Amino acid sequence: MIEVKDIEKSFDGVKVLKGVSATFETGKTNLIIGQSGSGKTVMMKSLVGLVRPESGQILYDGRNLLAMNREEVQHLRTEIGMLFQGSALFDSETVLGNVEFPLMMYTKMSWAERRDRAQFCLERVGLKGADNKYPSEISGGMQKRVAIARAIALNPKYLFCDEPNSGLDPKTSILIDELLSDITHEYQMTTVINTHDMNSVLGIGENIIFINKGHREWVGNKDLIYQTTNEALSHFVFATDLFQKVKEYVVRNEHPIENK
Amino acid sequence: MQRYRRYILMFVKSSLETFGNYCIFMHRVFSLPQKWRVFGRKFVQEIGKLGIDSIPLTIVISIFIGAVICIQMQLNMTSPIMPAYSTGLATRDILLLEFSSAVLCLILSGKVGSNIASEIGTMRVTEQIDALEIMGINSAQFLVLPKILAFMVFIPVLVIFSIATGLFGGWIIAAFTDMIPVSRYIYGIQTMFIEWYVWYTIIKAIVFSVIITSVASYYGYYVKGGALDVGKASTNAVVASSILILLFDVILTKLLMQ
Repeated sequence: MIEVKDIEKSFDGVKVLKGVSATFETGKTNLIIGQSGSGKTVMMKSLVGLVRPESGQILYDGRNLLAMNREEVQHLRTEIGMLFQGSALFDSETVLGNVEFPLMMYTKMSWAERRDRAQFCLERVGLKGADNKYPSEISGGMQKRVAIARAIALNPKYLFCDEPNSGLDPKTSILIDELLSDITHEYQMTTVINTHDMNSVLGIGENIIFINKGHREWVGNKDLIYQTTNEALSHFVFATDLFQKVKEYVVRNEHPIENK
Repeated sequence: MQRYRRYILMFVKSSLETFGNYCIFMHRVFSLPQKWRVFGRKFVQEIGKLGIDSIPLTIVISIFIGAVICIQMQLNMTSPIMPAYSTGLATRDILLLEFSSAVLCLILSGKVGSNIASEIGTMRVTEQIDALEIMGINSAQFLVLPKILAFMVFIPVLVIFSIATGLFGGWIIAAFTDMIPVSRYIYGIQTMFIEWYVWYTIIKAIVFSVIITSVASYYGYYVKGGALDVGKASTNAVVASSILILLFDVILTKLLMQ
């Protein structure tokens, strides 16, 4: 479980996070949602230590990230997997090389063991036969899968995903969402997903944190979101006609649509 | 007048800031590798990429410059009181003292420096460096130290190649034109040889290699923005390392030749 308590962060005198508190639960897909410029990326970067908040606490199962020294942070990061918006795969390494990389850095596995583990992770994300290809030779969706495989290679306790669906077609987006949801439940990870994608929100949002203008405005889940009275959240999630109709249908029938 | 003073102050302030950041960056770079085997693999890769790949450029440039120096010396030193071998001697000493260290490194700063700055800069803007940091890896050390050490180790080889092929370029002029007899040229490049000059040029080249790789890495590592900024960083890296090479050329010549 990750707990965030009253974190604040400013850039050039402008406060981006204004005392945000939230809890990200273990074994659930925790979503951070909000409009562009609302502070959710800063929040995500603060959580993983790429940005240092001016005040507050970030507790990883009780361990305060902001009070750790460099070695402790480096150790904590071995428990973290992260999926970046642009996948951030190493161009000079093959697909297999990318997944093997964290294993090579942090385990004493033999060459064969590493290869087995990397191939297992690639199979887990549904990628077979692309082992020796370079990231530039595979599609965006495949790159995301490789990045997920790399992120889970060390069996992390915490998985962070920064806009995992950006640049993907709706069908691939749903597949990536399902994959993230499945591995979260399977490995009992604390998964934090930063997203704009309303399909993800309504499909896999087990714990949703809505950030607006640097404040945490709403906390709930994909079922509660239909009944929200928060105007900013309602405008954000049900901004399009399609989602407005989905909301009307769900409220009228008093049960959510299954995301298939 | 006041405006110029303000500009000068701003320039000094930004230069000091850059130097400070560079020192902090170097402190991160010069730390022990987390995995020696991975470091060794990267070190060998960098020797290939930065060193061995630079051999063809070094050879081509050195042959032509050696030939040009030989022609210029012969044309400008024609005098009854000058011995015929002085063309070979001057060609050798120019290659040894300046060309194969300073000029070669200026040229290599364009090739190697821009390569490093754009590679690391692209890794920065595509979040690959962030990915390394998230994995708990000291990205500065992981990416930069193998480059600095590999180029440092390999630069003497490039210098020796440069001297040898530069002298060969002069020999081509002697052999295929009637400007200077080959025997006089060969005698010239052997006479009054001072071994220290070879060490001097290697020491200078090693210092320059550190400047090229570290400055280019620094500019690449701190890129902010997109592809355009990577290009700018690459240009800035070449300009900064060229100026530093010339500055250190003066300092090292004063220190080592007195």
